[in-house]
Amino acid sequence: MKFTRRALLMAGGGALAFTGLSARLYSLQVLEGERYRLLSEDNQFNFRLVPPSRGRILDRFGALLADNRDSFRVLIVPEQAGDIAAALDRLARFMPLSDYERERVLRAASRGQRFNAITVAEDLDWQTFSAINLNAPELAGMAPDVGEVRSYPYAAAFAHVVGYVQTPNEDDLANESREAERLLRHPGFKVGKTGVEVAREQDLRGSAGALKIEVNSVGRVIRELPEQSNAPQQGQDVVMTLDADIQQYAYERLGQDSAAAVVIDVNSGELIALVSAPSFDPNLFVGGISSADFSGLRDNDHRPLFQKSIQGTYPPGSTFKAVSAAAAIEHNVFRPNETVHCSGSVRLGEREFHCWRRQGHGAVNLRTAVKTSCDIFFYEAAQRLGIERLHAMGQRFGIGQPFDIGIAGVARGIMPDPLWKRAQRNQGWSTGDSYNTVIGQGAMLASPLQLAVMTARVASGRAVEPTLYRNAMAPPAPHMGLRDESLVRVRDALRAAAEEPGGTSFGLGGLGIDGVEMAGKTGTAQVYSITAAERESGVRTQLDLPWRLRDHGLFVCYAPADNPKYAVVVVVEHGGGSSAATRPARDILRRVVARDPSSRPGVFANFGNIARSGL
Amino acid sequence: MAVFRESVPRDLPGKMMELNWSLVLLLVLVGAAGVGMLYSVGDGSWEPWAVQHAIRFAVGFVAMLVIAMFPPRFWMGVAYPVYTVALILLIGAELFGATVNGSQRWLDIGPIRLQPSELMKIALVFALARFYHDLPTERVSRLGGLLVPAALIGVPAMLILKQPDLGTTLLLVATGGAVVFLAGLSWKVILPGAVAGLAGGIGFFSYGLEDYQRQRIMTMFNPDSDPLGAGYQILQSKIALGSGGFTGKGFMEGTQSQLDYLPEKQTDFIFTILGEEFGFVGGLVILTVYALILANTVAIATSCKSTFLRLTTMGVATTFGLYVFINVGMVMGVLPVVGVPLPMISYGGTVMLAVLAGFGLILGAHIHRNAEPPRGVGLFG
Repeated sequence: MKFTRRALLMAGGGALAFTGLSARLYSLQVLEGERYRLLSEDNQFNFRLVPPSRGRILDRFGALLADNRDSFRVLIVPEQAGDIAAALDRLARFMPLSDYERERVLRAASRGQRFNAITVAEDLDWQTFSAINLNAPELAGMAPDVGEVRSYPYAAAFAHVVGYVQTPNEDDLANESREAERLLRHPGFKVGKTGVEVAREQDLRGSAGALKIEVNSVGRVIRELPEQSNAPQQGQDVVMTLDADIQQYAYERLGQDSAAAVVIDVNSGELIALVSAPSFDPNLFVGGISSADFSGLRDNDHRPLFQKSIQGTYPPGSTFKAVSAAAAIEHNVFRPNETVHCSGSVRLGEREFHCWRRQGHGAVNLRTAVKTSCDIFFYEAAQRLGIERLHAMGQRFGIGQPFDIGIAGVARGIMPDPLWKRAQRNQGWSTGDSYNTVIGQGAMLASPLQLAVMTARVASGRAVEPTLYRNAMAPPAPHMGLRDESLVRVRDALRAAAEEPGGTSFGLGGLGIDGVEMAGKTGTAQVYSITAAERESGVRTQLDLPWRLRDHGLFVCYAPADNPKYAVVVVVEHGGGSSAATRPARDILRRVVARDPSSRPGVFANFGNIARSGL
Repeated sequence: MAVFRESVPRDLPGKMMELNWSLVLLLVLVGAAGVGMLYSVGDGSWEPWAVQHAIRFAVGFVAMLVIAMFPPRFWMGVAYPVYTVALILLIGAELFGATVNGSQRWLDIGPIRLQPSELMKIALVFALARFYHDLPTERVSRLGGLLVPAALIGVPAMLILKQPDLGTTLLLVATGGAVVFLAGLSWKVILPGAVAGLAGGIGFFSYGLEDYQRQRIMTMFNPDSDPLGAGYQILQSKIALGSGGFTGKGFMEGTQSQLDYLPEKQTDFIFTILGEEFGFVGGLVILTVYALILANTVAIATSCKSTFLRLTTMGVATTFGLYVFINVGMVMGVLPVVGVPLPMISYGGTVMLAVLAGFGLILGAHIHRNAEPPRGVGLFG
């Protein structure tokens, strides 16, 4: 019968389909079961990156210059949030959310992968954070979280040298390994941008750990399996040679001036303080500085973002006479006690060269010339030494040398000589150039750091190299190879300048510590020559000039004069003369000598751990 | 010589005696499996699915028994009106229907949410069975015998396709085609028709489908190419199924489904949970139960004396079989994801009621298998 035939035909087709499905089921579950079982584990388990704690930055006594503290924050997972703008609107009912922040999150969300969390806000106060936690069910896609945020307890005083961290940008990611890139893209992760933070990034960063977690399809964590996880390798602490007490004091002592101060241990080269003023609060940069705050810093004529202590270069002026005197003695260009007559000026061909003291010093020997900073004597010294020997001595004392102190931005400065002038200006060297060079003017430029090294080398006779990092194993610096006589006589003259009547810095009244004498040399770097016309119209002194045209004031000093331990350099931009620098420098020197940080036990970085000795 | 006429039971106890208890038992087994799986999918909770499913099964089960009591004469009488109502509802859904997941499938009538396309599946079987019952066999392959079934199938198919619901459209056309085939359509018509249909299908795939539908079919062949997009469901389904292995991970231990990797796990992908938790053994058991149900219905159909009951039974069985085949083929990645539930196991009210109502007709056909209702005044008298 036709119907039965056809019905059975269809039943046969059905049986065939049933067999096919069963075979497929067998193939999936039995033949390929193992493969799918592994895939299901991939689905089910995931590794969550655990960021390492960033190493801290400590001063020589263990004071925290850069620390981590808990930060209450809110992350958004775009995949879970759905409409991100709407999710942010919901969040905005619990905390203020600026348009700028909103834009940043939306931009990040449009760039990143849907399942990568983005930091919406960090460093929330407890009240806001608990409100968000409490209302989490309404805030789909928002994840309250406790992270770490970098903090700089000393704020402005260490801003330049310690630097700051920020969220990495694409440039930061470019040179990183894949593994590190994953870490850098972790929400809230920061990398060093300036100062020690960037210079020691690799030590400070550490490496990420992995926490095994069981997740469901939308990435919600069901369970953590810490026993199957790797702990992160925490960042290493970095111990600096700086002394927070001295640094903070020096920063405050510079006050409102646009200035730099460097304090150095003359025997080891350890930098005790490295200050640039005015400064800024690096904490502002960590979370992303507002454009108003940033342009305020950028447009300030005192250049708070510029690290004057190592990046700024200035004509050393008369402070360089310490080197010139050492050269003159070393090369025996004057007989003992030979004098040069200073009438206030000297002719050289067409040009007339003046002494700073218009009425002249009369007969001056080398000691008096340093003590009173007589220019005419040094013109004669330049004449007899010649530029080559002067140049060589400047270099030996560190002028024009790029020192590696362990952070970027160190300026090289200029120690000019005929080769330099030919190369830079395509002009021949003149005796007038030598005259300018011998008194630290003309083309010569040195950073406050270089002046500190120069002073330390004069004070110790050792070729000290400046450094920011504590290293117990560092061998003492070798001797410079100058004759003892040279060093002794220069130091004697520098002591006289500060401690004997008639000395250029005698007016300071000395160090102010009983039984401890200091030595020092003033300097003035001319910025602008007051013209005859201006003189006519009543411009008599530096204070009559606009700020930016006034001379820079410099002072280099060290103490104790008979057994030097610390040298201090202060440069005050447009201070109007050396007197702007002498008092702050002397006060800083007094503080550091009284405190004597180098003789006190401190801390050393030791395989990432801080071995606390004493204290 | 007196012809021995097998009797047709007329009273309720007599009819109950004639119930096909083995088929009823198999249906209860499947329904119970559905409740169990929904309990597991609901994280070991009767809410929100398992209880509802059980209630619907109970209600549908009673309705099935009631439907089985009605004589074929009654169903023949309502065949065309029911078809007309279903067609009107389909047009209503087109005009006023609620949009769910981008397609208009639902019609709200007071408290009831109705899927007119589900009703149409039975209505079409009714209408075709009635039509062929009235049509003399020799006219089946003539023009008149061809055009009316073509219209009966084609009009609702176009309406459902427009919703758009490709899965149900194909199901409807296949069921209708099966009834026409069983009615005795000549191979001389079937073979050229199949060729034309194939050509038309290819043309339709190229030009007549929405992008998402074409995409679904394409990703079916290579789901790994887009693991987070269109192939996600298939891939996750295969992972869950495959990871079940031979004996499964155990009841309520299916990590993939319990961890929500699988979308629509309580509806279209329920077989995946079953496969993950009970493995190849469990999957094969369920498939076998379905196969036994179908074998039973074929036996019933061939035992029926009237064309109407034969075609109705086979039509309902075809729909049911296609449901199972398409759904299981879909979750195993051999057929595209077209949104067809696994009858009586997947969560969903309309389908449950429609399927049980369909089995009510089949059980009724078994009870009244010896009835020979007269040929009505058909459209072609």
